[in-house]
Amino acid sequence: MSSNGPVLRAEGVEKRFGRLEVLKGVSLEVNPREVVCVIGPSGSGKTTFIRCINHLEKIDAGRIEVNGHLIGYRERSGKLVEDTERNIARQRAEIGMVFQRFNLFPHKTALENVIEAPTHVRGIAKDEAVRQGRALLERVGLADKFDTYPGKLSGGQQQRVAIARALAMNPALMLFDEPTSALDPEVIGEVLDVMKALALDMGTTMIVVTHEMGFAREAADRMVMMDDGRIIEEGPPLHFFDSPREERTKRFLSKIL
Amino acid sequence: MLAAVDWHILWQRIFHPDHVFVLALWRTIYISVLAQTLGVVLGLIAALMRMSRFFPLRLLSGAYVLIFRGTPLIVQIFFVYFGANLLFGFTLIPRTVDFGVFQMDGAAFAGILALGINEGAYMREIIRAGIDAVDRGQMEAAKSVGMPYRLAMRRIVLPQATRFIIPPLGNEFNNMMKTSSLVFFIGVTELFGDAEIRYSTTFKPVEYFLAVAFWYLVLTTVWSLIQAQIERKLAVSERGDELTFRERVAAAWLPAAMRIRGTP
Repeated sequence: MSSNGPVLRAEGVEKRFGRLEVLKGVSLEVNPREVVCVIGPSGSGKTTFIRCINHLEKIDAGRIEVNGHLIGYRERSGKLVEDTERNIARQRAEIGMVFQRFNLFPHKTALENVIEAPTHVRGIAKDEAVRQGRALLERVGLADKFDTYPGKLSGGQQQRVAIARALAMNPALMLFDEPTSALDPEVIGEVLDVMKALALDMGTTMIVVTHEMGFAREAADRMVMMDDGRIIEEGPPLHFFDSPREERTKRFLSKIL
Repeated sequence: MLAAVDWHILWQRIFHPDHVFVLALWRTIYISVLAQTLGVVLGLIAALMRMSRFFPLRLLSGAYVLIFRGTPLIVQIFFVYFGANLLFGFTLIPRTVDFGVFQMDGAAFAGILALGINEGAYMREIIRAGIDAVDRGQMEAAKSVGMPYRLAMRRIVLPQATRFIIPPLGNEFNNMMKTSSLVFFIGVTELFGDAEIRYSTTFKPVEYFLAVAFWYLVLTTVWSLIQAQIERKLAVSERGDELTFRERVAAAWLPAAMRIRGTP
């Protein structure tokens, strides 16, 4: 799955829920090792957009490619038709996703959550998966929580397990859907620290929907502002925060900073 | 009035059951267990069919529930046992069914089939509700790590749905043990049949029916204890608080409906 082009190439992505147009032609390219933060008011389509990237939502127009592979669809005589479930699952395995509400598997321990996909999707031997899973949980600072069920973990710990679970598949691209907005203020920092380490030390390619501007300033290579189903402005964080071009961006930033 | 009751018979039936009775009790147990198992399997298949993308499967699942929940069980039992013979003139279920390692009375086999098929229609709704009760984010999380639908269903969603399915399933089995008495009408001498036969030869209905009611109560109580154990075990991984033995016994005696706390 390696190629020299961008990790993500989205072109003119449109999405409707019934008569509501949520995405009105979104195009975005993300290069290897790049960290892109997506901000925008609620209802601007940022969450829907990243859900489209791993085909948790079907798209109505446009195309999305990850590492040069079309996501969710096949081309058949010039038209896009939905791909088989097996192929979609295979594509999703290359894309990690961290959800706002963690969505850990509550009937499995932290370690079991992390090794579930490597053993049952990739077919990695259990010993090997456990070894890697432990290393991942250690990396997110949960070396003492291998055998703890999610119900006994704090929100911040759960989200770090969720990050380890996504990393366990060695994804080419990590998607974060407002990873800290369901967390208590005092544990937000521990999750952001893990994400910073991924971005700055590991060089993980990431798209992060977030309103944590401190994180964005430190870790983002590029800021993307969405409004009303479109990307209205993008640029490097320094420039973006200090002298935004669009009036809409200025107003939004003045509210959240 | 009470003087007319022969307490000795009641005493004997409860404390000194004969081997004919024990055989009848055993029949009630195995008919109920096998019919319930069949019901769960059919219910699961029908529930998964109902969620299929393929319309004919959804239609079939709907028709199944419509017919088997909408007609009397006793009619279904008669049709399963005699239907093929009366309608088409061939015997579908022989007098004795040979499974190789053991043999089973044909009527008992037909009874299990009919009870199980009927139960499947109710179990479909219970299993579907259990699957629906699992947070949608679970399926999404499973898909996001690359699990195909079936694997995600089997490894992630269904194990969690079990927690919602077990309490009503327990009630269904409690019902099943009593409802299985209907197979007496196709000639299976189970617990109720045994009492019916004794009563018809002695004309002492009160003694025999009180005794059989007592034995059904024993069955359902034992089951309630087992069920409470199962539910407690299921809860352990998700909640820390385990019930003590006294609480389990208390819970087992409470009306079944009150124990469905914990389901939303």
